[in-house]
Amino acid sequence: MAEQIAVEVTRFSPERDKTPSIQSFDVPLRKEWVVLDALNYIKDKVDGSLSFRWSCRMGVCGSCGMMVNGEPKLTCATFLTDYAPGPVRIEPLKNFPVMRDLIVEINDFLGKLSKVKPWIIRQKEKPVTEGEYLQTPEQLDTYKQFSMCINCLLCYAACPVYGLDPMFSGPAALALAQRYNMDSRDEGKEERMDILSQHDGIWGCTFVGECTQVCPKHVDPAGAIQQYKLTATQEWFKSFIMPKGAK
Amino acid sequence: MATYTEYPPKGYRVRMSTYWWLGKWPYLKFTLREISSVFVAWFVIETLLQINALIGGPAAYTEFQDFFRNPLVIALNVISLFFVVFHTFTWFNLAPKAMAVRMGGKRVPNILISGPNYAAWVVVSAVLAWLLLRG
Repeated sequence: MAEQIAVEVTRFSPERDKTPSIQSFDVPLRKEWVVLDALNYIKDKVDGSLSFRWSCRMGVCGSCGMMVNGEPKLTCATFLTDYAPGPVRIEPLKNFPVMRDLIVEINDFLGKLSKVKPWIIRQKEKPVTEGEYLQTPEQLDTYKQFSMCINCLLCYAACPVYGLDPMFSGPAALALAQRYNMDSRDEGKEERMDILSQHDGIWGCTFVGECTQVCPKHVDPAGAIQQYKLTATQEWFKSFIMPKGAK
Repeated sequence: MATYTEYPPKGYRVRMSTYWWLGKWPYLKFTLREISSVFVAWFVIETLLQINALIGGPAAYTEFQDFFRNPLVIALNVISLFFVVFHTFTWFNLAPKAMAVRMGGKRVPNILISGPNYAAWVVVSAVLAWLLLRG
């Protein structure tokens, strides 16, 4: 018989259970299998009621984020063999309410994301006939890193500030706001400033830095937030010195 | 038997443990870094007390020196020194994250941001050491 690894999975049914529990499954340990393959094996061959989110299997869609042995990971990019001989424990993403088994409720994040207006804001749109808003490769390079975010929410699971204070806007939303602030085509910095420089915005961040460590796309949300703190402070000084001319 | 619910319950929330910062080294390191501010403040208070004693004249300064010879104060100062050095290292290492300086279309390497900070620290320390230890 092929080598096996014990996979311990969180089970929770909102209709049946008061608290989540752990169920262990034996799964073939294959060199090319990622944790998501193990979950799909369980769902297909052992227990079809196991619920979890996934889609692309290649680190693009950001759906399959879970806690693997206590660390936030994209399960499609986390190899089972790295956890041999096991057991390996799969839990739902930390800091979010668990809906069922490994599925968490992310509406809180979606609300926060739209609040920071993560789109290009123009004071006056030019007609389509005038063509695109052009941008040089250097201008693209200033924000490109922050634009790689796939909303997988591993950063929220790693952030103790968000865990302790659910009002905090959180790493991904703030990094994406900064992505648009730094875009040469954008004219919405002032609109975003009022939202971002609130206590629940950038100033909620205490720079633990784990969001950057766990990010599978190397977005560096911690860097984005600290950089914006500098910008916000400069703006505050400007408005202090020139109350009318700053804006 | 499971029943259909039109409005699903809000979900199970796990409360964060009070001891969350003990579970992982990066969290513990962060907490130590934050706590270091208390010891930085202690060094500031000490300096102010020293200046106050200096203004108070020789008798007041001798009394202040006696206070400093207390083993408990020495122990506290050794711990404070450790935390202040820790604070300095973490602060300088984090500086490049907050300062995204771009030159010639490229972001300046981290070492060019943290390096001058360390250099300034060494120079200021050397000048102070020279002032205090030259006899």
